[in-house]
Amino acid sequence: MPAPALPGLTREEILRYSRHLLIPEVGLDGQRHLKGASALIIGTGGLGSPVALYLAAAGVGRIGLVDYDVVDASNLQRQVIHGTASIGTLKVESARGRLVDLNPDVHVDIYNEPFTSANALRIADGYDVILDGTDNFPTRYLTNDVAVFLGKPNVYASIYRFDGQVSVFDASRGPCYRCLFPEPPPPGLVPSCAEGGVLGVLPGTIGTIQATEALKVLLNIGEPLIGRLLLYDALEMSVEFVKLKKNPKCRVCGPNADIKELIDYEEFCGVPGHDRESSSAVGVLDISATELAQRLKSNGIVLLDVREPHELAISSLPAAINIPLGMLAARLSELDSATDLVVFCKSGTRSARALELLASAGFKKARNLRGGINAWAREVDTTLPIY
Amino acid sequence: MPTLKIPTPLRSYTGGQVEVRVGGSSVGEVMERLVQDYPPLKPHLYNGDGKLRPFVNLFVGEHNVKDLDGLATPVTEETRILLVPSIAGG
Repeated sequence: MPAPALPGLTREEILRYSRHLLIPEVGLDGQRHLKGASALIIGTGGLGSPVALYLAAAGVGRIGLVDYDVVDASNLQRQVIHGTASIGTLKVESARGRLVDLNPDVHVDIYNEPFTSANALRIADGYDVILDGTDNFPTRYLTNDVAVFLGKPNVYASIYRFDGQVSVFDASRGPCYRCLFPEPPPPGLVPSCAEGGVLGVLPGTIGTIQATEALKVLLNIGEPLIGRLLLYDALEMSVEFVKLKKNPKCRVCGPNADIKELIDYEEFCGVPGHDRESSSAVGVLDISATELAQRLKSNGIVLLDVREPHELAISSLPAAINIPLGMLAARLSELDSATDLVVFCKSGTRSARALELLASAGFKKARNLRGGINAWAREVDTTLPIY
Repeated sequence: MPTLKIPTPLRSYTGGQVEVRVGGSSVGEVMERLVQDYPPLKPHLYNGDGKLRPFVNLFVGEHNVKDLDGLATPVTEETRILLVPSIAGG
Protein backbone atom coordinates (compact mmCIF):
# COMPACT_ATOMS: atom_id res chain seq x y z
CA MET A 1 0.00 0.00 0.00
CA PRO A 2 1.51 3.39 -0.88
CA ALA A 3 2.37 5.69 2.02
CA PRO A 4 -0.34 8.29 2.62
CA ALA A 5 0.43 11.64 1.05
CA LEU A 6 1.99 14.13 3.43
CA PRO A 7 -0.36 16.91 4.49
CA GLY A 8 0.47 20.36 3.27
CA LEU A 9 1.22 23.37 5.44
CA THR A 10 -0.91 26.50 5.45
CA ARG A 11 0.57 29.96 5.20
CA GLU A 12 0.03 30.37 8.96
CA GLU A 13 1.73 27.06 9.71
CA ILE A 14 4.74 27.99 7.62
CA LEU A 15 5.16 31.10 9.76
CA ARG A 16 4.55 29.21 13.02
CA TYR A 17 7.14 26.53 12.21
CA SER A 18 9.65 28.79 10.44
CA ARG A 19 12.47 27.92 12.89
CA HIS A 20 11.97 24.24 12.06
CA LEU A 21 11.82 24.90 8.34
CA LEU A 22 15.21 26.59 8.57
CA ILE A 23 16.85 23.39 9.88
CA PRO A 24 17.86 21.19 6.96
CA GLU A 25 17.22 18.02 9.01
CA VAL A 26 13.58 19.08 9.42
CA GLY A 27 12.70 21.42 6.59
CA LEU A 28 9.34 21.58 4.86
CA ASP A 29 9.07 17.84 4.33
CA GLY A 30 9.97 17.09 7.96
CA GLN A 31 7.36 19.52 9.23
CA ARG A 32 4.78 17.91 6.96
CA HIS A 33 5.82 14.54 8.41
CA LEU A 34 5.22 15.89 11.92
CA LYS A 35 1.81 17.22 10.89
CA GLY A 36 0.88 13.78 9.61
CA ALA A 37 2.32 12.02 12.67
CA SER A 38 0.74 10.92 15.93
CA ALA A 39 2.07 10.35 19.45
CA LEU A 40 0.44 8.69 22.43
CA ILE A 41 1.54 10.01 25.81
CA ILE A 42 0.84 7.73 28.77
CA GLY A 43 0.46 9.98 31.80
CA THR A 44 0.02 13.75 31.94
CA GLY A 45 2.13 14.26 35.04
CA GLY A 46 5.72 15.36 35.52
CA LEU A 47 7.08 13.82 32.31
CA GLY A 48 3.86 14.05 30.32
CA SER A 49 3.69 17.83 30.86
CA PRO A 50 6.84 18.89 28.97
CA VAL A 51 6.46 16.03 26.50
CA ALA A 52 2.94 17.09 25.51
CA LEU A 53 3.81 20.80 25.45
CA TYR A 54 6.84 20.36 23.20
CA LEU A 55 5.27 17.83 20.86
CA ALA A 56 2.27 20.12 20.43
CA ALA A 57 4.50 23.16 19.94
CA ALA A 58 6.53 21.19 17.39
CA GLY A 59 3.40 20.51 15.37
CA VAL A 60 2.87 16.77 15.84
CA GLY A 61 -0.54 16.48 14.19
CA ARG A 62 -2.32 14.18 16.62
CA ILE A 63 -1.53 13.76 20.28
CA GLY A 64 -3.21 11.24 22.57
CA LEU A 65 -3.25 11.79 26.32
CA VAL A 66 -4.00 8.95 28.76
CA ASP A 67 -4.63 9.73 32.42
CA TYR A 68 -7.52 9.25 34.83
CA ASP A 69 -6.36 11.46 37.67
CA VAL A 70 -7.42 14.95 38.68
CA VAL A 71 -5.05 17.86 39.20
CA ASP A 72 -3.90 18.15 42.82
CA ALA A 73 -2.10 21.08 44.43
CA SER A 74 0.90 18.82 45.10
CA ASN A 75 1.27 18.24 41.31
CA LEU A 76 1.99 21.85 40.45
CA GLN A 77 5.61 21.89 41.69
CA ARG A 78 6.52 19.96 38.51
CA GLN A 79 3.49 19.27 36.27
CA VAL A 80 3.74 22.53 34.36
CA ILE A 81 1.00 21.80 31.85
CA HIS A 82 -1.54 22.33 34.64
CA GLY A 83 -2.26 25.49 36.61
CA THR A 84 -3.73 26.53 39.92
CA ALA A 85 -7.11 27.14 38.30
CA SER A 86 -7.13 23.49 37.15
CA ILE A 87 -6.94 21.98 40.64
CA GLY A 88 -9.72 19.41 40.97
CA THR A 89 -10.30 19.09 37.22
CA LEU A 90 -9.43 16.10 35.04
CA LYS A 91 -5.77 16.11 34.07
CA VAL A 92 -6.50 15.19 30.45
CA GLU A 93 -9.01 18.04 30.17
CA SER A 94 -6.63 20.49 31.81
CA ALA A 95 -3.77 19.37 29.53
CA ARG A 96 -5.88 19.49 26.39
CA GLY A 97 -6.94 23.06 27.16
CA ARG A 98 -3.31 24.14 27.49
CA LEU A 99 -2.23 22.30 24.30
CA VAL A 100 -5.06 23.71 22.20
CA ASP A 101 -4.13 27.19 23.42
CA LEU A 102 -0.47 26.56 22.58
CA ASN A 103 -1.20 25.15 19.13
CA PRO A 104 -4.81 25.06 17.85
CA ASP A 105 -3.70 23.14 14.75
CA VAL A 106 -2.93 20.03 16.81
CA HIS A 107 -5.68 17.47 17.30
CA VAL A 108 -5.75 16.21 20.89
CA ASP A 109 -7.44 12.91 21.78
CA ILE A 110 -8.03 12.36 25.46
CA TYR A 111 -8.51 9.05 27.26
CA ASN A 112 -9.82 9.68 30.75
CA GLU A 113 -9.30 6.10 31.87
CA PRO A 114 -6.58 3.96 33.42
CA PHE A 115 -4.27 2.39 30.81
CA THR A 116 -4.98 -1.33 31.31
CA SER A 117 -4.68 -4.66 29.52
CA ALA A 118 -8.34 -4.30 28.56
CA ASN A 119 -7.99 -1.03 26.64
CA ALA A 120 -4.27 -0.50 25.91
CA LEU A 121 -4.12 -2.14 22.48
CA ARG A 122 -7.25 -0.31 21.35
CA ILE A 123 -5.93 3.04 22.55
CA ALA A 124 -2.37 2.65 21.25
CA ASP A 125 -3.29 1.25 17.85
CA GLY A 126 -3.09 3.98 15.25
CA TYR A 127 -0.37 6.05 16.92
CA ASP A 128 3.12 6.22 15.42
CA VAL A 129 5.02 6.41 18.71
CA ILE A 130 4.26 5.76 22.37
CA LEU A 131 5.79 7.84 25.15
CA ASP A 132 5.99 6.23 28.57
CA GLY A 133 5.54 8.92 31.18
CA THR A 134 3.76 6.80 33.77
CA ASP A 135 4.52 6.70 37.47
CA ASN A 136 4.33 3.01 38.32
CA PHE A 137 5.80 -0.35 37.37
CA PRO A 138 2.64 -2.18 36.20
CA THR A 139 1.88 0.51 33.60
CA ARG A 140 5.53 0.58 32.48
CA TYR A 141 5.52 -3.18 31.76
CA LEU A 142 2.11 -2.85 30.09
CA THR A 143 3.32 0.05 27.91
CA ASN A 144 6.39 -1.94 26.90
CA ASP A 145 4.43 -5.04 25.96
CA VAL A 146 1.85 -3.03 24.00
CA ALA A 147 4.67 -1.34 22.06
CA VAL A 148 6.32 -4.71 21.32
CA PHE A 149 3.06 -6.36 20.25
CA LEU A 150 2.04 -3.43 18.02
CA GLY A 151 5.58 -2.97 16.64
CA LYS A 152 5.80 0.65 17.78
CA PRO A 153 8.73 2.51 19.35
CA ASN A 154 8.38 3.17 23.08
CA VAL A 155 10.16 6.36 24.10
CA TYR A 156 10.85 5.66 27.75
CA ALA A 157 11.76 7.93 30.63
CA SER A 158 11.55 7.60 34.37
CA ILE A 159 12.57 9.76 37.30
CA TYR A 160 13.16 9.64 41.04
CA ARG A 161 14.42 12.44 43.30
CA PHE A 162 17.44 13.67 41.26
CA ASP A 163 17.88 10.72 38.87
CA GLY A 164 16.50 10.27 35.39
CA GLN A 165 16.65 7.52 32.78
CA VAL A 166 15.79 7.80 29.08
CA SER A 167 15.90 5.27 26.27
CA VAL A 168 14.09 4.34 23.07
CA PHE A 169 12.84 0.79 23.23
CA ASP A 170 12.06 -0.48 19.74
CA ALA A 171 12.03 -4.26 19.68
CA SER A 172 12.33 -4.34 15.89
CA ARG A 173 15.65 -2.52 16.06
CA GLY A 174 16.98 -3.14 19.57
CA PRO A 175 16.14 -4.15 23.13
CA CYS A 176 12.84 -3.58 24.92
CA TYR A 177 12.24 -2.48 28.52
CA ARG A 178 12.00 -6.09 29.64
CA CYS A 179 15.42 -6.87 28.11
CA LEU A 180 16.87 -4.44 30.67
CA PHE A 181 14.47 -5.11 33.52
CA PRO A 182 13.13 -8.68 33.12
CA GLU A 183 11.35 -8.47 36.47
CA PRO A 184 9.94 -5.62 38.52
CA PRO A 185 11.40 -4.94 41.95
CA PRO A 186 9.61 -6.65 44.82
CA PRO A 187 6.72 -4.53 46.10
CA GLY A 188 7.89 -1.79 48.40
CA LEU A 189 11.60 -2.02 47.64
CA VAL A 190 11.80 0.93 45.23
CA PRO A 191 10.02 3.99 46.59
CA SER A 192 7.76 6.02 44.32
CA CYS A 193 7.92 9.79 43.87
CA ALA A 194 4.80 10.08 46.07
CA GLU A 195 6.81 8.47 48.88
CA GLY A 196 10.34 9.63 48.16
CA GLY A 197 9.82 12.92 46.33
CA VAL A 198 11.25 14.36 43.14
CA LEU A 199 13.01 17.61 42.27
CA GLY A 200 10.39 19.65 40.43
CA VAL A 201 12.60 20.57 37.49
CA LEU A 202 13.82 16.98 36.94
CA PRO A 203 10.84 15.83 34.82
CA GLY A 204 11.32 19.05 32.82
CA THR A 205 14.89 18.07 31.96
CA ILE A 206 14.12 14.41 31.34
CA GLY A 207 10.77 15.01 29.63
CA THR A 208 12.31 17.39 27.11
CA ILE A 209 14.95 14.76 26.27
CA GLN A 210 12.09 12.28 25.87
CA ALA A 211 10.27 14.69 23.54
CA THR A 212 13.51 15.21 21.59
CA GLU A 213 13.84 11.46 21.06
CA ALA A 214 10.19 11.18 19.95
CA LEU A 215 10.69 13.95 17.38
CA LYS A 216 13.87 12.25 16.09
CA VAL A 217 11.99 8.96 15.77
CA LEU A 218 9.08 10.61 13.93
CA LEU A 219 11.43 12.54 11.63
CA ASN A 220 13.77 9.56 11.24
CA ILE A 221 16.80 11.76 11.88
CA GLY A 222 19.91 11.51 14.05
CA GLU A 223 20.80 8.71 16.41
CA PRO A 224 17.89 7.86 18.68
CA LEU A 225 18.61 6.23 22.02
CA ILE A 226 17.96 2.74 20.66
CA GLY A 227 20.26 0.31 22.47
CA ARG A 228 21.46 3.06 24.79
CA LEU A 229 20.28 4.21 28.20
CA LEU A 230 20.85 7.79 29.27
CA LEU A 231 21.44 8.21 32.99
CA TYR A 232 21.07 11.71 34.39
CA ASP A 233 22.08 12.78 37.89
CA ALA A 234 20.96 16.33 38.63
CA LEU A 235 22.86 16.52 41.93
CA GLU A 236 26.18 15.69 40.30
CA MET A 237 25.06 17.26 37.00
CA SER A 238 26.32 14.19 35.20
CA VAL A 239 25.02 12.47 32.10
CA GLU A 240 26.22 8.96 31.35
CA PHE A 241 25.34 6.49 28.64
CA VAL A 242 25.39 2.70 28.84
CA LYS A 243 24.81 0.19 26.09
CA LEU A 244 21.75 -2.03 26.09
CA LYS A 245 21.56 -5.28 24.19
CA LYS A 246 18.63 -7.40 23.24
CA ASN A 247 18.18 -10.15 25.82
CA PRO A 248 17.95 -13.50 24.02
CA LYS A 249 15.86 -14.75 26.94
CA CYS A 250 13.43 -11.82 26.84
CA ARG A 251 9.93 -13.15 27.44
CA VAL A 252 8.22 -10.69 25.07
CA CYS A 253 10.73 -9.86 22.32
CA GLY A 254 13.22 -12.75 22.47
CA PRO A 255 13.30 -15.61 19.95
CA ASN A 256 11.58 -17.91 22.45
CA ALA A 257 9.18 -15.37 23.88
CA ASP A 258 6.42 -17.02 25.87
CA ILE A 259 4.35 -13.92 26.64
CA LYS A 260 2.23 -13.48 23.55
CA GLU A 261 -0.57 -11.35 24.92
CA LEU A 262 -1.12 -8.74 27.60
CA ILE A 263 -1.17 -10.09 31.15
CA ASP A 264 -2.36 -8.87 34.56
CA TYR A 265 0.38 -6.32 35.25
CA GLU A 266 -0.73 -5.41 38.77
CA GLU A 267 -0.45 -9.08 39.69
CA PHE A 268 2.91 -9.35 37.88
CA CYS A 269 4.32 -6.40 39.83
CA GLY A 270 2.43 -6.96 43.06
CA VAL A 271 1.51 -3.28 43.30
CA PRO A 272 -1.35 -1.12 42.01
CA GLY A 273 -1.09 0.67 38.68
CA HIS A 274 -0.88 4.14 40.17
CA ASP A 275 1.45 6.16 42.37
CA ARG A 276 -1.06 7.55 44.82
CA GLU A 277 -0.43 6.59 48.39
CA SER A 278 -3.38 4.54 49.57
CA SER A 279 -4.92 6.43 52.45
CA SER A 280 -8.46 5.11 52.31
CA ALA A 281 -8.04 1.33 52.17
CA VAL A 282 -9.03 -0.25 55.46
CA GLY A 283 -6.90 -3.08 56.80
CA VAL A 284 -7.66 -5.33 59.76
CA LEU A 285 -4.61 -4.04 61.61
CA ASP A 286 -5.44 -0.40 60.94
CA ILE A 287 -6.38 2.24 63.46
CA SER A 288 -7.97 5.54 62.49
CA ALA A 289 -6.48 8.84 63.61
CA THR A 290 -9.59 9.63 65.65
CA GLU A 291 -9.48 6.27 67.46
CA LEU A 292 -5.76 6.65 68.09
CA ALA A 293 -6.33 10.08 69.63
CA GLN A 294 -8.85 8.53 72.06
CA ARG A 295 -6.63 5.60 72.97
CA LEU A 296 -3.55 7.78 73.48
CA LYS A 297 -5.37 9.46 76.39
CA SER A 298 -5.74 6.26 78.38
CA ASN A 299 -3.05 3.69 77.80
CA GLY A 300 0.58 3.26 76.93
CA ILE A 301 0.68 3.15 73.18
CA VAL A 302 4.11 3.54 71.58
CA LEU A 303 4.20 5.51 68.32
CA LEU A 304 6.66 4.44 65.63
CA ASP A 305 7.29 6.94 62.82
CA VAL A 306 8.85 5.20 59.79
CA ARG A 307 9.34 8.33 57.70
CA GLU A 308 12.73 9.75 56.74
CA PRO A 309 14.27 12.06 59.39
CA HIS A 310 13.94 15.20 57.24
CA GLU A 311 10.16 14.70 57.05
CA LEU A 312 9.87 15.27 60.81
CA ALA A 313 10.49 18.98 60.20
CA ILE A 314 7.23 19.12 58.19
CA SER A 315 5.03 17.47 60.81
CA SER A 316 5.51 15.15 63.76
CA LEU A 317 3.72 13.53 66.67
CA PRO A 318 5.08 13.97 70.21
CA ALA A 319 7.14 11.14 71.71
CA ALA A 320 7.15 9.09 68.50
CA ILE A 321 10.20 6.92 67.86
CA ASN A 322 11.66 7.57 64.41
CA ILE A 323 13.11 4.61 62.54
CA PRO A 324 12.96 5.05 58.74
CA LEU A 325 11.40 2.09 56.93
CA GLY A 326 14.65 1.24 55.17
CA MET A 327 16.45 0.89 58.51
CA LEU A 328 13.69 -0.91 60.39
CA ALA A 329 14.88 -4.48 59.75
CA ALA A 330 18.31 -3.62 61.13
CA ARG A 331 16.95 -1.77 64.18
CA LEU A 332 14.17 -4.07 65.39
CA SER A 333 16.08 -4.69 68.62
CA GLU A 334 15.27 -1.12 69.69
CA LEU A 335 11.57 -2.05 69.90
CA ASP A 336 9.63 -4.18 72.38
CA SER A 337 7.33 -6.68 70.66
CA ALA A 338 5.08 -6.79 73.76
CA THR A 339 4.01 -3.13 73.54
CA ASP A 340 0.99 -1.71 71.75
CA LEU A 341 2.79 -0.24 68.76
CA VAL A 342 1.12 2.13 66.29
CA VAL A 343 3.17 2.67 63.14
CA PHE A 344 2.72 5.69 60.90
CA CYS A 345 4.23 7.46 57.91
CA LYS A 346 2.98 10.23 55.60
CA SER A 347 -0.11 8.52 54.17
CA GLY A 348 -0.07 4.91 55.31
CA THR A 349 1.84 3.09 52.55
CA ARG A 350 5.28 2.81 54.11
CA SER A 351 3.77 2.05 57.51
CA ALA A 352 1.76 -0.81 55.96
CA ARG A 353 5.04 -2.29 54.73
CA ALA A 354 6.59 -1.72 58.13
CA LEU A 355 3.68 -3.59 59.68
CA GLU A 356 4.35 -6.62 57.44
CA LEU A 357 7.96 -6.58 58.53
CA LEU A 358 7.00 -6.25 62.21
CA ALA A 359 4.41 -9.03 61.94
CA SER A 360 6.99 -11.39 60.45
CA ALA A 361 9.31 -10.53 63.35
CA GLY A 362 6.68 -11.46 65.96
CA PHE A 363 5.21 -8.04 66.74
CA LYS A 364 1.61 -9.22 67.18
CA LYS A 365 0.22 -6.02 68.70
CA ALA A 366 1.46 -3.57 66.05
CA ARG A 367 -1.15 -1.52 64.15
CA ASN A 368 -1.04 0.90 61.26
CA LEU A 369 -2.27 4.50 61.47
CA ARG A 370 -4.62 4.57 58.48
CA GLY A 371 -3.88 7.55 56.23
CA GLY A 372 -0.72 8.36 58.16
CA ILE A 373 0.13 11.65 59.79
CA ASN A 374 -1.79 13.41 57.02
CA ALA A 375 -4.97 11.74 58.34
CA TRP A 376 -4.03 12.91 61.85
CA ALA A 377 -3.69 16.45 60.43
CA ARG A 378 -7.14 16.18 58.84
CA GLU A 379 -9.01 14.51 61.70
CA VAL A 380 -7.28 15.39 64.96
CA ASP A 381 -4.79 18.27 64.83
CA THR A 382 -5.75 20.65 62.02
CA THR A 383 -2.82 22.93 62.88
CA LEU A 384 -0.49 20.34 61.34
CA PRO A 385 0.24 20.76 57.63
CA ILE A 386 -0.71 18.12 55.07
CA TYR A 387 1.96 17.28 52.49
CA MET B 1 40.12 0.13 44.68
CA PRO B 2 37.20 -0.09 42.23
CA THR B 3 34.57 2.63 42.51
CA LEU B 4 30.82 2.07 42.65
CA LYS B 5 28.38 4.81 41.75
CA ILE B 6 25.33 4.68 44.00
CA PRO B 7 22.00 5.88 42.53
CA THR B 8 19.80 8.31 44.47
CA PRO B 9 17.31 5.73 45.80
CA LEU B 10 20.09 3.85 47.59
CA ARG B 11 22.21 6.74 48.86
CA SER B 12 20.48 6.89 52.21
CA TYR B 13 22.10 3.51 52.90
CA THR B 14 25.62 4.73 52.09
CA GLY B 15 25.46 7.77 54.31
CA GLY B 16 24.61 9.96 51.31
CA GLN B 17 27.80 9.02 49.44
CA VAL B 18 27.49 9.23 45.67
CA GLU B 19 30.49 7.01 45.00
CA VAL B 20 32.06 4.46 47.28
CA ARG B 21 35.36 2.64 46.90
CA VAL B 22 35.22 -1.07 47.63
CA GLY B 23 37.90 -3.74 47.28
CA GLY B 24 37.57 -6.86 45.15
CA SER B 25 38.87 -8.44 41.97
CA SER B 26 35.49 -9.23 40.38
CA VAL B 27 32.13 -7.49 40.21
CA GLY B 28 30.69 -10.16 42.52
CA GLU B 29 33.40 -9.61 45.14
CA VAL B 30 32.91 -5.84 45.00
CA MET B 31 29.17 -6.27 45.53
CA GLU B 32 29.68 -8.61 48.48
CA ARG B 33 32.12 -6.18 50.10
CA LEU B 34 29.71 -3.34 49.43
CA VAL B 35 26.92 -4.94 51.43
CA GLN B 36 29.40 -5.94 54.14
CA ASP B 37 30.48 -2.30 54.44
CA TYR B 38 26.90 -1.01 54.21
CA PRO B 39 24.63 -3.76 55.62
CA PRO B 40 21.32 -1.85 55.17
CA LEU B 41 21.95 -2.05 51.40
CA LYS B 42 21.82 -5.83 51.37
CA PRO B 43 18.03 -6.43 51.27
CA HIS B 44 17.78 -3.90 48.45
CA LEU B 45 20.37 -5.63 46.27
CA TYR B 46 20.14 -9.31 47.22
CA ASN B 47 17.12 -11.57 47.57
CA GLY B 48 16.55 -14.06 50.37
CA ASP B 49 18.57 -16.72 48.51
CA GLY B 50 21.64 -14.51 48.45
CA LYS B 51 21.31 -13.78 44.74
CA LEU B 52 21.53 -10.34 43.20
CA ARG B 53 18.03 -9.06 42.49
CA PRO B 54 17.14 -9.17 38.76
CA PHE B 55 16.01 -5.54 38.64
CA VAL B 56 19.49 -4.34 39.62
CA ASN B 57 21.76 -3.83 36.63
CA LEU B 58 25.50 -3.41 36.98
CA PHE B 59 27.56 -1.77 34.29
CA VAL B 60 31.33 -1.85 33.98
CA GLY B 61 32.15 1.07 31.78
CA GLU B 62 29.25 1.15 29.35
CA HIS B 63 28.68 -2.60 29.32
CA ASN B 64 26.11 -4.51 31.35
CA VAL B 65 27.91 -7.28 33.24
CA LYS B 66 25.13 -9.60 31.99
CA ASP B 67 26.72 -9.11 28.54
CA LEU B 68 30.21 -9.76 29.97
CA ASP B 69 31.02 -12.51 32.49
CA GLY B 70 28.28 -11.62 34.95
CA LEU B 71 29.44 -11.33 38.55
CA ALA B 72 32.73 -13.00 37.54
CA THR B 73 33.58 -9.99 35.37
CA PRO B 74 37.07 -8.93 36.50
CA VAL B 75 37.68 -5.44 37.84
CA THR B 76 40.84 -3.41 38.40
CA GLU B 77 41.76 -0.56 40.73
CA GLU B 78 40.49 1.89 38.13
CA THR B 79 37.20 0.15 37.32
CA ARG B 80 34.05 2.18 37.85
CA ILE B 81 30.85 0.19 38.33
CA LEU B 82 27.50 1.83 37.71
CA LEU B 83 24.59 0.51 39.73
CA VAL B 84 21.38 1.06 37.74
CA PRO B 85 18.13 0.13 39.48
CA SER B 86 14.71 0.36 37.93
CA ILE B 87 12.82 3.49 38.92
CA ALA B 88 9.25 4.20 37.93
CA GLY B 89 8.53 7.84 38.71
CA GLY B 90 6.99 10.04 36.08
